Amino acid sequence: MRRFLAFLLFVAGPLLYLARRRSDRRDRVHLYYDDGSMVSLAHGAPEAERLLTIARAALP
Amino acid sequence: MDAASALADLTEISSQVEAAVVLDAAGAVVASTLDDAGRSARLARAAVDLLGTADKHVQTGGRALTQLEAALREGSVFVAREEGRSIVATTSAEPTSGLVFYDLRTCLRALPETPVKPKRRRTAKERADA
Repeated sequence: MRRFLAFLLFVAGPLLYLARRRSDRRDRVHLYYDDGSMVSLAHGAPEAERLLTIARAALP
Repeated sequence: MDAASALADLTEISSQVEAAVVLDAAGAVVASTLDDAGRSARLARAAVDLLGTADKHVQTGGRALTQLEAALREGSVFVAREEGRSIVATTSAEPTSGLVFYDLRTCLRALPETPVKPKRRRTAKERADA
């Protein structure tokens, strides 16, 4: 039981944390304008959250 | 080339595009790769909402939004608009964005020109009243 708890604490926990951080970083919005410029909105920004919510509902 | 043929070409060229819908200036579905009319309408609605929300909530500095990509773990949603018409597409996760946008623009440009209604000229009476 102790070994299992140690495994959770030192191996599974950090792995889950890193996986979650990686997937959070993947959620983003890129906006492209007629002058050739691009704006990138990262996960966590209020504007990005609005747009990601709409996009999430559109995916099957 | 009609809209359905343009979409058929798109799905043949781009293996990354899973579903695509062409919208007119009012946001109505012109053509879709989906058999389900309800899902096509939902995707069209999402495109209108994405463009509208981005226009409303993101500082543009006078620039016009032409393309948008919302990338999620589950997949991505792409929207491109040109001369009043728009196309929205869904892909699997981590697509090659540049290629998808290129294919969507090619599809939009292959669509037949939208007839432009000539502006009605004011009559002499209307000019006099004004």
